[in-house]
Amino acid sequence: MTRYAAMFDRCREAGEGAFGAFLMLGDPDLDRSALALEALVAGGADMLELGIPFSDPVADGPVIQAAAERALRAGVRVADCFDLIAGLRARHPDIPIGILTYANIAVARGLDQFTGDLAIAGVDSLLVADVPSLEAPRFSAAARTAGLDLVMIAAPNTPASALARIAELSSGYTYCVARAGVTGADQQLALDHGSLFEALDRAGAPPPVLGFGIATPAHVHEALASGAAGVISGSAIVSRLAKGASPAELEAFVYEMKNATRGTVAHPIRMTGQALA
Amino acid sequence: MKLDGRFGRFGGAYVPEILVPALEQLEAAFLDAQEDDAFRVELDGLLTTYAGRPTPLTRCRNLGAGRARIYLKREDLLHGGAHKTNQVLAQGLLARRMGKTRLIAETGAGQHGVATALAGALFGLRTRIYMGADDVERQQLNVFRMELMGAEVVPVTSGGRTLKDAVNEALRDWTASFADTHYLLGTVAGPHPFPLMVREYQRVIGKEAREQILDVEGRLPDAVIACVGGGSNAIGLFSDFVGDGGVEIIGVEAAGKGLSGRDHGATLQKGRLGILHGCETLVLQDEDGQIEDTWSVSAGLDYPAVGPEHAHLQDIGRARYVGVEDDDALSAFQALARSEGIVGAFESCHALAHALKLAEERDDDPILLVNLSGRGDKDVAQAQHLVGGKRLKAVA
Repeated sequence: MTRYAAMFDRCREAGEGAFGAFLMLGDPDLDRSALALEALVAGGADMLELGIPFSDPVADGPVIQAAAERALRAGVRVADCFDLIAGLRARHPDIPIGILTYANIAVARGLDQFTGDLAIAGVDSLLVADVPSLEAPRFSAAARTAGLDLVMIAAPNTPASALARIAELSSGYTYCVARAGVTGADQQLALDHGSLFEALDRAGAPPPVLGFGIATPAHVHEALASGAAGVISGSAIVSRLAKGASPAELEAFVYEMKNATRGTVAHPIRMTGQALA
Repeated sequence: MKLDGRFGRFGGAYVPEILVPALEQLEAAFLDAQEDDAFRVELDGLLTTYAGRPTPLTRCRNLGAGRARIYLKREDLLHGGAHKTNQVLAQGLLARRMGKTRLIAETGAGQHGVATALAGALFGLRTRIYMGADDVERQQLNVFRMELMGAEVVPVTSGGRTLKDAVNEALRDWTASFADTHYLLGTVAGPHPFPLMVREYQRVIGKEAREQILDVEGRLPDAVIACVGGGSNAIGLFSDFVGDGGVEIIGVEAAGKGLSGRDHGATLQKGRLGILHGCETLVLQDEDGQIEDTWSVSAGLDYPAVGPEHAHLQDIGRARYVGVEDDDALSAFQALARSEGIVGAFESCHALAHALKLAEERDDDPILLVNLSGRGDKDVAQAQHLVGGKRLKAVA
């Protein structure tokens, strides 16, 4: 059983949703990034979604752009990111770790080399923000060869034909966005996903995890109540780190967010689409 | 998508999933309009009565005389001052056809921003132009031209604060606004269908030039030469000559301060296969895949990627791409002004500089057809600075 499947099972048995925490690897530098990553785990995050910084992140809003810029300015290389992950994996053998990056980072290393290096570092999944389902087959093939899940994004405007491709090519979970636009925290959580979750379920896609704009415990609760199997919070955590939050403060925020997943209606998890590994 | 948007191993549509329906809508509208006589008639009418097509083909009376016959395709005389107007009129009509009420665009030096602003004014579409904060500072005149035509100019402060960052910001805007907004991308790069669509809207340049040269010379040119940043004026000139095996096709990139260093924009010569701004193409990048900053005296050639069709034409050996350094482009800029009475854009003067070099090297009195893609008014202040801010001597 993959780490994602085991984690979703555990959450379902506990009657809670999954809480995913995002940070940019190497932000603001390698040492402080390592401490911040530990804080996410200590706070009780069920899954980690970690960015490998790219110079031109077109799917990201200002908060996550700035995180990538800080890491790159600190001289963080892709290989440093692998090392950070490997350290994290050695200390935490069970937590699912996903990587979020951009296509050029993957192809610059060679797609097979990149996915292979991720697998060796202990990564479970790869999400490439600027690879839509039409361009995904070779990314999916490379991920599968390396034993990784390829995670893909579904949005309210994603047509049935694309959902079918997502179901075929992706595994682990489906990263759902409930609004148009780039990453970032909003005052109000947009939940315009209408029938997206049901459509994904019908298509046989992996469990829906909602991202983009999850910034408060109330957002977590609302998102899970709307049928998501989990949530991912990114900009809210990254902006705290940027403002100088200590590891203890980050841990407390993650704890508070995770706490909001408890007692929510658990999504009926399907076991389709898991990695072939 | 109906088409795969590939040029050999280059191209594609690498965008967040949420933008794919917007690209599909655009592809459908483009293909539909290509078959629609009414669209063609309206566009041709605008190109003729508003933009001033056909543009002349001018034979240089003095430059290269006795060594070569150098012809200039005078896109500098087009309304707006550059070839950009050709395709903004077409995309403006498409935007209206799709029911969009707002245009967004990126711009470097401001030429595409000015062109988009005029289309916005003409078609009554709200217009926002993203421009690197450093470019806004350097190109105050073009910023005001855009504002005069009613566009909002947004300075982009992320990254290197230039064209690449303006494209990023336009893509981010479009990711949120595609329901009512058309992204009027300015070149033959970006995700499918932009490289194909912008080519089709620029190929009027080569179509006219081919007829005009046959008319005056009774034969095809030995070479067609154009500068390449993203590559829209070059593709526009080249497309109707690709099938003419005897015509050499030469693209001229910005070699900046020299190809041995990093201060250049010579993507086709120095780039590596990568994915930027929605397409797979050659990209100037470091070992990790981080995009590198580029340099050229001409902002329009200062871009770290290139249209995928150029990468393909190079790949199959149908076109070759060379570099011209800042100093040689500036010399050609001055020579064109002094010898022909034409102040051309720095960008276009890269192409002219290579033609002048060929004229020196060749002994066969070749016919060289150069795309003078824009006029140089925007570059006059910078040129004055570059020649040391001093008064120039009159020609004796």
